[in-house]
Amino acid sequence: MTVKDTDMPRVSSGMPTSLIAMRNILAYLMRSPTSAFGVIALGLLILIAAFAPLIATHDPYAQDLVNTLQPPSAAHFFGTDELGRDIFSRLVWGSRISLTIIFLVSIIVGPLGMIVGTTAGYMGGRLDTVMMRVTDIFLSFPSLILSLAFVAALGPSLNNAIIAIALTAWPPIARLARAETMTLRQADYIAAARLQGASSLRIIVKSIAPMCLPSVLIRLTLNMATVILTAAGLGFLGLGAQPPLPEWGAMIATGRRYMIDSWWLVTFPGLAILTVSLAFNLLGDGLRDALDPKQMNRR
Amino acid sequence: MQNANLRMKSAASQVTTILVTLLGLLVLTFVIGRMMPADPVRAMVGEDATRETYEMVYHQLGLDRPIWEQFLRYLGDVVTGDFGTSIRTGQPVMQDILHALPATIELATFAILIGAGLGIPLGVTAAVNKDRWPDHIIRVFSLFGHSMPIFWTGMIALIVFYAHLGWVGGSGRMEQFYIGMVDERTGFLLIDSLLAGEPDVFWSAINHLILPAALLGYSSSAYITRMTRSFMLDQLGQEYMTTARVKGLSRGQTIWLHAFGNIRVQLVTIIALAYGSLLEGAVLIETVFAWPGFGQYLTNNLITGDMNAVMTCVLIVGVIFIALNLLSDLLYRTFDPRTK
Repeated sequence: MTVKDTDMPRVSSGMPTSLIAMRNILAYLMRSPTSAFGVIALGLLILIAAFAPLIATHDPYAQDLVNTLQPPSAAHFFGTDELGRDIFSRLVWGSRISLTIIFLVSIIVGPLGMIVGTTAGYMGGRLDTVMMRVTDIFLSFPSLILSLAFVAALGPSLNNAIIAIALTAWPPIARLARAETMTLRQADYIAAARLQGASSLRIIVKSIAPMCLPSVLIRLTLNMATVILTAAGLGFLGLGAQPPLPEWGAMIATGRRYMIDSWWLVTFPGLAILTVSLAFNLLGDGLRDALDPKQMNRR
Repeated sequence: MQNANLRMKSAASQVTTILVTLLGLLVLTFVIGRMMPADPVRAMVGEDATRETYEMVYHQLGLDRPIWEQFLRYLGDVVTGDFGTSIRTGQPVMQDILHALPATIELATFAILIGAGLGIPLGVTAAVNKDRWPDHIIRVFSLFGHSMPIFWTGMIALIVFYAHLGWVGGSGRMEQFYIGMVDERTGFLLIDSLLAGEPDVFWSAINHLILPAALLGYSSSAYITRMTRSFMLDQLGQEYMTTARVKGLSRGQTIWLHAFGNIRVQLVTIIALAYGSLLEGAVLIETVFAWPGFGQYLTNNLITGDMNAVMTCVLIVGVIFIALNLLSDLLYRTFDPRTK
């Protein structure tokens, strides 16, 4: 029997297949309570960041030296810090910093990992060996330690923290992109492109990179919890975002001095970090299941 | 004969890989050390030094030489065991680190015992009950440990268990009162206090160790649980499990004797790797608990910008990581009959 294009099951016409796949994955994720929590929490984070000026009850930088270290109340939902700033409003504005970190790290790490991985995988040979050796060297450090070293060298600031995290986060992406490329390299359509005289660069950019993109994007999501925790850790050590920026890790660092008497200074920023990183982990866990063909068959 | 040859070849290629990786580590630390915006000469001679003194130190440090020559010099220093002097403490960096390391090893060892003691049974339980409620609960519990910012959990735990409940000791390795009572022989306080015959110091040390070790252990148990679960699922799906049941073995026997017996080697390698990543958590938890170990040494030097010390710390972490990877590889080869 010959299979013609028209015999293929059509789920719905008019919608690009990638969108359908997205919808299916989302529907699958929402079925499990844990990954649904991840999706909802991250959705909320984006909404909070987008509407921060509307949600925040106070100016995040406004000091009120009469009302310092006030416990949570109706006027200040999460209390005030040592300078009388409203912690709730600072957390709300801080969500923008977290999203900035996530966004910038992703747009550095994704392309960087893709370039290294696809080039190494497609070219093979000595170039592959050298590039993978370099990747292994970066992989032989725990990410926080290497970011610490980079930030120490570059000087402490939010931007440098983002660069440092990105410099340590690309190797797993490169490995993944390389593995994907290795399986694609022998494919007929690549051979066809090569026969038509396409250059290596063109094949990598036009034929291989798009195929690696979905798994790279998923891997990026899986890594985001680590990125959030590393950024918070750098902020806590005073090497990331600098005061008075309302970065959650830095807020914990300043709140530390008052923590025994004023627990709310450290508790709420920590809960915020925990929620976001847990949300990414739960989402990643769900994604792994949703996209694992072995798991799919068992169900 | 041919087999022995092959093994020699694979051992040789492994040694080359390790040497290349080590060299790469050195290049990386060298480059990071050169990137720093702070002027090392200025840091040594001070702000008021004359131009001549500055030039002299600049020359002495070899900073006027080409960059590859500087690197060779660095390489030579490292090979001969000279890692420079810490600007902050005025002592050789290596001596400082060796002094701080036992405290961290003590912490990390307790943490991994807790992490494995928690993670392995949880992983097996989750696998046996796949997709039922124990599996879900364990998944959330372990992801929770993986998601918490450990410096924050450390503070909350200090507020609750130390400040409010008074169950454990506060920060540091022992009560202030005991400091200096025990001679430092091994650097491991638990061993030293026993050698000195000071049970009070020993209990004080345990009391201070338990909270940071439990938190580190919990955070590392997430990885151990996940891997145990997935290894066990692989085994449980195999046909020999059914055969064993048909032969009349109980469910517990098949799970613990057959399936678990087969994953022990994999688990050891996983635990070796988890031990390495504990170093990362140790940096943060040592800051919170004022634990005078490797992590605190590293962060103190980061804040003062003492790059000699920072780079050596980073190098050591890298070497420990490579060593643990190698160790887990060797363990795998030694204990897994299939690799023979």
